[in-house]
Amino acid sequence: MTTRIVELRQGILKKNDELARELRGRFVGAGVLVLNLVSSPGTGKTAFLERTLRELREGGARVAALVGDLETDNDARRLAASGAPVRQINTHGICHLEAEMVGKHLEGWELGALDFLFIENVGNLVCPSSYDLGEKIRVALLSVTEGEDKPLKYPTLFNSADAAVITKMDIAEAVGFDREAALKNLRAIRPGIRVFETSAKSGSGMAEWLEYLKEQRAGKTAS
Amino acid sequence: MHELSIVSSVVDVVIESLAAYPGARVKEVRLRVGLLASVVEDSLQFCYGIATEGTALDGSKLVVKVLPVVMRCESCAADVEIASLQSFRCPRCDAPVSDLRQGREMEIESIEIDEAEETVKQ
Repeated sequence: MTTRIVELRQGILKKNDELARELRGRFVGAGVLVLNLVSSPGTGKTAFLERTLRELREGGARVAALVGDLETDNDARRLAASGAPVRQINTHGICHLEAEMVGKHLEGWELGALDFLFIENVGNLVCPSSYDLGEKIRVALLSVTEGEDKPLKYPTLFNSADAAVITKMDIAEAVGFDREAALKNLRAIRPGIRVFETSAKSGSGMAEWLEYLKEQRAGKTAS
Repeated sequence: MHELSIVSSVVDVVIESLAAYPGARVKEVRLRVGLLASVVEDSLQFCYGIATEGTALDGSKLVVKVLPVVMRCESCAADVEIASLQSFRCPRCDAPVSDLRQGREMEIESIEIDEAEETVKQ
């Protein structure tokens, strides 16, 4: 018997990375801006996305969403009320979305007929950070009730985010949210990150967020 | 806890690479994992035994090499190692750093195998 060392130097998530690259190519080709929304369970991703979809549609934008969850299609039904096409991805126990699931759920959708596609990831601040979904922008959400040190506790996720959204700002005062600390922690983990302070309930901060989306999409189409 | 999916991918990639060495048994699998890759070595080890059971990797050892986080510091014009994941600042000049050069890797570096007799004779 001979012992041999075989150099592999291969990415462990090679399959996912290749699929994500393919998806990214399709998204860019179709001119659709794709965002991957990541947060803990209960941050308010769905409420935030409901409002985003509704306001974008009112502004004439063509939007769609994929929403990941372990079980149930409750979130998809909520989001569909906005009138946008929405599909549920049930992961059945898997704690994150993978590029393959995204690809499969896009079947039959005309990407060229969309301006924005939102992918709401499974509520989890650890696992989704490893899986590229082909998105252009990864958005990490954090609610005022979660503790200002969340970015410090989950640096692997917050460091991989392109933008951060603070949700439930309407109750910030009641829960004693320390805004300065939250911003400081976000910037410690991801220097220069764009932060949006929003409330899906009152609508505060939404205008700035929508403006950012439009800028990003315009930049993208131009490139 | 996505370590089981990660380890299953490792097993798939290794088995694929064994096509060139029919009948070979794997003795050791060496990974390179960045500190920002969000995988925990203990969980990888825990899942490894389960994922390799009944495969050519059964009984093999998993060796995980952890890579530090390296960022580009523009003001120092150098790649610098970040000592703590709590603050992404240059350890030399304290400037904020956001350009990641190393730390998110998740790679199979190499495997150590025992080749089957027939393969050796060829």
